[in-house]
Amino acid sequence: MEREIVLEAKGITKRFPGVLANDNVNLTLYKGEILALLGENGAGKSTLMNIIYGLYHRDAGTIILKGREVNFASPREAIHNGIGMVHQHFQLIPVMTVAENVMLGSEVTRGYGLLDVEKAAKQVRELSRQYGLEVDPDALVEDLPVGIQQRVEIIKALYRKADILILDEPTAVLTPQEVRELFKIMRDLASQGVSIIFITHKLKEVLEVADRIVVMRNGHVVGETSPQESTESSLAAMMVGREVLLRVHKEPAKPGEVVLEVSGLTAYDDRGSKAIDGVSFKVRAGEVLGIAGVQGNGQTELVETLTGLRKPHNGRVTVKGKDLTGASPRKVTRAGTAHVPEDRQKYGMVAAYTVADNLVLNTYYAPPFSSSGMVNHKAIEEHARRLVKEFDIRTPSIFTSGGSLSGGNQQKMVVAREFGRKIDLLIAAQPTRGLDVGSIEFIHQRIIEERDAGVAVLLVSAELDEIMSLSDRIAVMYKGQIVATVDASKVTREQLGLLMAGVTEGVLEPEVTAVI
Amino acid sequence: MDTQTIVSMLNTALRAATPITLGALCGIFSERSGVVNIGIEGMMLMSAFTGFMTNVYTSGAGWADFPRFTASILVAVLTGALSGALHAVLSVRFKVDQIISGTVINILALGMTGYFYVQGAITAGRLPQIAIPLLSDIPILGPVLFRNGPILYTTLILVVAVHILLFHTVWGLRTRAIGEHPRAADTLGINVHRMQFINVITGGAIAGLAGAFLTLEAVGNFERGMTTGRGFIALALMIFGKWTPFGAFGAALLYGFAVALQNQLQFWGVTIPHQFIGMIPYILTLIVLAGFVGRARPPAHVGRPYEVE
Ligand SMILES: Nc1ncnc2c1ncn2[C@@H]1O[C@H](COP(=O)(O)OP(=O)(O)OP(=O)(O)O)[C@@H](O)[C@H]1O
Ligand SMILES: [Mg+2]
Repeated sequence: MEREIVLEAKGITKRFPGVLANDNVNLTLYKGEILALLGENGAGKSTLMNIIYGLYHRDAGTIILKGREVNFASPREAIHNGIGMVHQHFQLIPVMTVAENVMLGSEVTRGYGLLDVEKAAKQVRELSRQYGLEVDPDALVEDLPVGIQQRVEIIKALYRKADILILDEPTAVLTPQEVRELFKIMRDLASQGVSIIFITHKLKEVLEVADRIVVMRNGHVVGETSPQESTESSLAAMMVGREVLLRVHKEPAKPGEVVLEVSGLTAYDDRGSKAIDGVSFKVRAGEVLGIAGVQGNGQTELVETLTGLRKPHNGRVTVKGKDLTGASPRKVTRAGTAHVPEDRQKYGMVAAYTVADNLVLNTYYAPPFSSSGMVNHKAIEEHARRLVKEFDIRTPSIFTSGGSLSGGNQQKMVVAREFGRKIDLLIAAQPTRGLDVGSIEFIHQRIIEERDAGVAVLLVSAELDEIMSLSDRIAVMYKGQIVATVDASKVTREQLGLLMAGVTEGVLEPEVTAVI
Repeated sequence: MDTQTIVSMLNTALRAATPITLGALCGIFSERSGVVNIGIEGMMLMSAFTGFMTNVYTSGAGWADFPRFTASILVAVLTGALSGALHAVLSVRFKVDQIISGTVINILALGMTGYFYVQGAITAGRLPQIAIPLLSDIPILGPVLFRNGPILYTTLILVVAVHILLFHTVWGLRTRAIGEHPRAADTLGINVHRMQFINVITGGAIAGLAGAFLTLEAVGNFERGMTTGRGFIALALMIFGKWTPFGAFGAALLYGFAVALQNQLQFWGVTIPHQFIGMIPYILTLIVLAGFVGRARPPAHVGRPYEVE
């Protein structure tokens, strides 16, 4: 039987100042399938999806939806025609509750335009139970960690009951369990006839869930394949156009003196409950300490407290013997600490600034970028050109605004800034969030290079693979506490999984436990 | 102080607070949807003028009270709405800087009303006070609250109505959403620019009512620049009231009370130069609100035009 085509994009072309983001792209989507869309950072995946969703307007091409040519002027029409989209960057209103965010635009009312907040909250609760996406409908979005915000975005799309669902990197900040849940949801929906376009940089996920795979590069579709006839490395090669190392090579660490020492650190989250509870650990020069844990167990708050974004309640933080407890971000930066924040758009960059200015956000006030209060543009531009080249940031120019870069290139910009100067301590939260395999390979190598150059690295990541391959020791956080510290070369995935779930009894043989 | 004085002071407070409250409601509509509005002053002034002139002409033509007042108020409100539309066209459609657009309205209002103003125009009188049966007989509260003009009553109703609109309706949710994060609202199919247009125009209409209050209910006459900064005070009190109708109303009442106090001090012949007594409302309001109200957080996207794509 011929499969039914629900969506067909033909000859889509889209130009932005200085870039051809989509160049004569063709894409077909069949009813009830899960189509994975792969491609390097900046390949044009989000642009194509935004065009289908009516958010961007194409320069050329046609879109045929269920046999009818359509020309959406705005997302409203796309939504009316059953298209739902989870955007790569959260489209949530921080000061509103989860329920308000979910219903916005398709509100639950008791007639006369009056909102029915209770009923909306009930519907959210039902959806979250039905799909195993736990979230409190009455919580303010700004108080939620990114992993939970991601769940809210998915619930938003499910609430609208779309029959074509676009998921633009929905798994970037989810935990393995959540990813498994999401895949179950996707398969359920697909079997009910919903067609799904799924964008991700995680090749394992593609092989696990996709029915068909389309790869984009440089604004073109460069190939189509299926999970059966591909492997992680074949997909990686197809995306990047060369062989990619999927695992980092590293020598055993040679730990030196203690750089970061944290003792008895306690801090509260925005809602006033204890987020980190008497945490103590040390990171030595030349080693990577990974922090593993299910999102929302205090990792976010820990990083914020160490980098000056959150006031500690109790405890002590020293860097190279210098007391930095509760110090301002500027002080922390000056003490030689680099910080790659988990939420790049909120804490990592100024979207309206140029790439060049974003690259000096942490050092603009010091020579060579400033002297006696005057900014030296030439130095800033040279610095920018060097980093753009070194870190392969794909941007039309260094004067392009940071916000118009593709998601992965924004991430590279933040990483480049933080790595681009001499540091003693690197605090990296989800440093490869949203990066393509080629860029991940590069960043991982850089982290190991920094380590080997004597930098102490604290790595927080929801990616178990990333934690396991980069870390020398791994500390597992559960409910604000470090429940175990283990030797990364001896621990297994299963053991880590149990520890992350809070099970500590009889999980570890004594030789796995690492000294703090 | 005798009861008489207290009643008269409270009543003065309420009346002084009325145009300020309306001005603040205008600001709330506009800023909640992401458009800064410093043109409230000008919107009020223009409406005060057109409302008054309508009263002059209809009086001259010998209209009966009811159609005369209805027409005058309507013209004032319409003037406000039109000036709101001007602000919306400039700042939303053509993305003129919102501060500049508001300033244009203020300057325009001063110039136009000054130019067209004719001295010695007379009317057949201002809006009557309406005593509400039974309620107006309650001691103290009755004469303070229930023996007032129709625009004052309307204002009290509007404070509640705008609160409900803003926090309990679809419209309000969407309005707040576009003021906070227009892109997110856009991705959910909400037409950001259209919402901003309607909100700014509605706000203008309410500022028009404030103007009508001045020339048709409170003073009964027009003078050059008679709004004397009320539009700006309204804007400040809206901020102190954290962009909420009740907050702004409370702040306006406080301001009104200080005005009443100032009048009373002058009446009692306190020997401080009157300029200093004249400052009381502003200083008192500033101290109380800055001291007791915490930091206000404006709508996150206010003041910046939303660019599609
Ligand atoms: N709003 C915009 N203004 C200007 N240029 C843009 C805009 N959106 C995207 N681009 C450019 O278009 C190109 C494609 O970007 P797009 O976001 O589609 O990439 P992507 O494939 O989604 O990448 P990623 O995996 O990093 O998210 C990039 O070069 C980007 O800089
Ligand atoms: Mg993208």
